[in-house]
Amino acid sequence: MFKIVVCVKAVPDPKEACNIKIDPATKTLMRCDVPMVLNPLDKYALEAALQFKAEFDAHISVLSMGPPEAGNIVKECLALGADRGFLLSDRAFAGADAFATAYTLAKGIEKNGPYDVVFCGMASSDGSTEWVGPEIATFLKIPVVTRIKEIVEYNGQWWTVKAELENGYRLVRVQIPAVFTVTRELNTPRRLSFSGIIKARKKEITRWGIQELGVPEESVGLKGSPSMVSTIASMDSRRKVEILEGKREEKAEQLVQRLVNAGAI
Amino acid sequence: MIDFTFTEEQEMFRKAAQEFAETQVAPKVPEMEKTGKVSQDLLKAMAEAEMMALTIPEEYGGLGLGYTARFIALEEISKVSVAAGMMLQVFALGIEPILKFGSDAQKKNFLPGLATGERLASTAVTETTGGSDPTGIRSTYKKDGEDYILNGRKCFITNSHIADTITVLAKDDENPKAFSTFILEKGMEGFKATHEENKVGMRGCNTGELAYENCRVPKENLIGVEGKGLGVALAAIGDVGRGGMVACALGLQAACLEVSVKFANERILYGKPISRLQTIQNKLADMKIDLEAGRLLGYKAASMQDKGERSSNEFAVAKYFTTEAAQRAAKMASDIHGGYGCMEEYAVSRYMRDSFVLGPSAGTSDIMKVIIARWTLS
Repeated sequence: MFKIVVCVKAVPDPKEACNIKIDPATKTLMRCDVPMVLNPLDKYALEAALQFKAEFDAHISVLSMGPPEAGNIVKECLALGADRGFLLSDRAFAGADAFATAYTLAKGIEKNGPYDVVFCGMASSDGSTEWVGPEIATFLKIPVVTRIKEIVEYNGQWWTVKAELENGYRLVRVQIPAVFTVTRELNTPRRLSFSGIIKARKKEITRWGIQELGVPEESVGLKGSPSMVSTIASMDSRRKVEILEGKREEKAEQLVQRLVNAGAI
Repeated sequence: MIDFTFTEEQEMFRKAAQEFAETQVAPKVPEMEKTGKVSQDLLKAMAEAEMMALTIPEEYGGLGLGYTARFIALEEISKVSVAAGMMLQVFALGIEPILKFGSDAQKKNFLPGLATGERLASTAVTETTGGSDPTGIRSTYKKDGEDYILNGRKCFITNSHIADTITVLAKDDENPKAFSTFILEKGMEGFKATHEENKVGMRGCNTGELAYENCRVPKENLIGVEGKGLGVALAAIGDVGRGGMVACALGLQAACLEVSVKFANERILYGKPISRLQTIQNKLADMKIDLEAGRLLGYKAASMQDKGERSSNEFAVAKYFTTEAAQRAAKMASDIHGGYGCMEEYAVSRYMRDSFVLGPSAGTSDIMKVIIARWTLS
């Protein structure tokens, strides 16, 4: 049976973006008032796995690292059709950067057993580094193709995918096991269904902490993070009003000039 | 202790319903508003999303999720379109008499098709001479061998022209105190949908008249015991009918509040958003209080219903409160929008029209007060 792992993340609901605040002292997101949801791009990663499973004999494991509440998004993935869920949750994992996150996820993937393909969303809507997928591949010592927009062919151990470039795409033939990070162009994620939610009642979520993973404390969380956010700033979105005077043509000219000066056009 | 927390599963039901409403219902609203006709695409989408299967037990092809789950789904769908919520609410209302009082054979015969949405349901009680007081109806049935012959007309029937399976209340031709409920099916000789109403609100949800003239109904289509049909019809209306209207009203209240907050934060007056003005804040606070109070009333009754307890009185309180509150919310939302609130491009004008249809559906506010007073005095 083909084994697929999908890595997912709980992120602050992007619909509530205007309510997300940044703690000026710790440079971290203040998430208390914002509901956590499944990272939007991870839905495309899961959908890729589900579409493969619809054609072939496959088993899908979903893996997430996060606080205990992130179990909700793992459950949601089970309701969408994944077979088994894993939540890597431990106080020691807190404060992880992309490197430590990828390390922890890679250890979780290894502990789960053999795998053929790992799908990740291209980026998370909160961190947006696009590093976690490639770093998981580095830790697992397997190839990675980032930003895939189409799976052209599954041919045994060789997969052919189209990966997005700024002005086009590249066609990549890669040997599995491999990590693929996916874009929104890859597919259309399915919606939650009532019967899917009912089926998820019988699906298991396994919770692993630092002991179960058997990793040293200095390799995970804040201690295992070689990067840190030195500064972070919120965008000032206050509106300014300026009344332009003169004839219609003059006002149009002034408006265009101001837009040019502001770099808007 | 009372736990007011939704379960993780119920939160997922809400999410599923929200996603359905935003992606499948919202795009159909302009067409429904313009034509006043039922969207066939929407019906198909509802069936695919298993919306008709919520209350039907799994053994009959349904999901067996119960009434709180149905309430959640209706609230979320009505937040986007009360017309769609109303349609769905009455499908369940038509299904309920078969669920509660139907024989095994009737359940096996009718429920699987209704669960998949292959067949659509409705219920027909109201006539020009009786609705809230069903004993005033004039439709009659008469025994003829093994069959029954039905004659009469029904009015203000939701889903009248789209329903395939309709539970109909009629009185004994020879005994005006005996009522029975029958399952009528589209295509039966002498049975047809006639006049289609053009409502001020909930456009795209079909309402109309039904007529049956010497319509022969086999005895297999009698629900429950002959002569005891009033209890069959009223049990469904009291719990499922009122409950559905409460969920529709809560959806509308939530929609009114959401668009009002958005507009009040964006509309600048005296150099600042109007949400900073105390007069606007008062309105938003009133809408929030009504919504929170209505949810407590509605979900309390729905949870009683799930436990198998009688909840028709609790739903009468919730129906009165939430449908009145929905009208207040629509008026306040319209006021906050000022001139824009009178324009069809803005959803609040639709909310205003829809709110006025919520009141009389499944019993007016005055009738709810009669029921509540009767309960209080008993």
